[in-house]
Amino acid sequence: MGVMVGSNTTERDGIAADGAAVTEINRELRDRGFLLTSVEDVINWARTGSLHWMTFGLACCAVEMMHTAMPRYDMERFGTAPRASPRQSDLMIVAGTLTNKMAPALRKVYDQMPEPRYVVSMGSCANGGGYYHYSYSVVRGCDRIVPVDVYVPGCPPTAEALLYGLMQLQRKIRRTGTIVR
Amino acid sequence: MPDELDELGAHIERMRPECVLGWSVDFGELNVEVASASVVAFAEFLKADMTCRFSTLVDVTAVDRPGRDARFEVVYHFLSMHRNQRIRTRCGLREDDMIASITGVFPAANWFEREVYDMFGIMFTGHPDLRRILTDYGFAGHPLRKDFPTTGYTEVRYDDALKRVVYEPVKLTQEYRQFDFMSPWEGAEYILPDEGGSGAGD
Repeated sequence: MGVMVGSNTTERDGIAADGAAVTEINRELRDRGFLLTSVEDVINWARTGSLHWMTFGLACCAVEMMHTAMPRYDMERFGTAPRASPRQSDLMIVAGTLTNKMAPALRKVYDQMPEPRYVVSMGSCANGGGYYHYSYSVVRGCDRIVPVDVYVPGCPPTAEALLYGLMQLQRKIRRTGTIVR
Repeated sequence: MPDELDELGAHIERMRPECVLGWSVDFGELNVEVASASVVAFAEFLKADMTCRFSTLVDVTAVDRPGRDARFEVVYHFLSMHRNQRIRTRCGLREDDMIASITGVFPAANWFEREVYDMFGIMFTGHPDLRRILTDYGFAGHPLRKDFPTTGYTEVRYDDALKRVVYEPVKLTQEYRQFDFMSPWEGAEYILPDEGGSGAGD
């Protein structure tokens, strides 16, 4: 998760590119003792590195979400932290079956989050209704209620999968830039 | 164990012949058929009688059998901690019938009866607070009735113009496909290999 020294629209947003960027930063610091970059890059760097996630556990996926936060996978390595309040969070992980009764509450929580905000849809049920697609009480995908940035497939997705989804979201933020959204 | 259940069933029938329509021991479990009018009296008896002492209400649920004259079957499960026994009480109910609430005898029945009302539309007279418990606010219909479509009637969507979640008629991009033609839940006509013809289900 290094600072992108060059333009943030290049292809250098992969994981391998991170290592290259860190090397480049180290070299610049060693040679000159200071670092030149754009404000936009610094903002993006700060945003990718502090994705405070709103715990929106609705069903069994929530357990895997907890696993992701626990020491083995330790999501906090990436600068994230679970926040119980939507007003302090940047990212909402919809983990589990979203029912019709819950949908207005989910939207209300999403509306309370400050911009820029991101949504990760976790698991089959949140992605498209999944097992309960034809049920009378389940929303057929949480993207009917909130705009989704990253879909993590699985039933439930493993902790690794969610972590990979989070890394993809960081990559997306780095690629697109977030000042205009 | 089965002997004890037989004794218990005979005892209950002897003590309350006006309530019990019939009883049987199936798969090691005691089932008692009760008239719907005497459910409360029977629950009181099960709780108070020193041979029974069914002090715990485990579950209240119902079954929808549209083919039958008495369409619904309300099922009560009781547990006797004192005698280490369980009992299942069933009573048939026509669609327009109401059944008395047993919350006065077993307060635990309160939410169970609300659930049965929610899922089957069975009315419990004398219930202190008979509201829906599980389904959405303003939900129409009773989902566990056999004539309720699986997908329901409405679905939700966030409307960007109205800035709120709106309800719309269900619109499926792909119809529900049922491949299990031999499923017992679909009322299959069972074709048994030795019969050659069609054997009917229930």
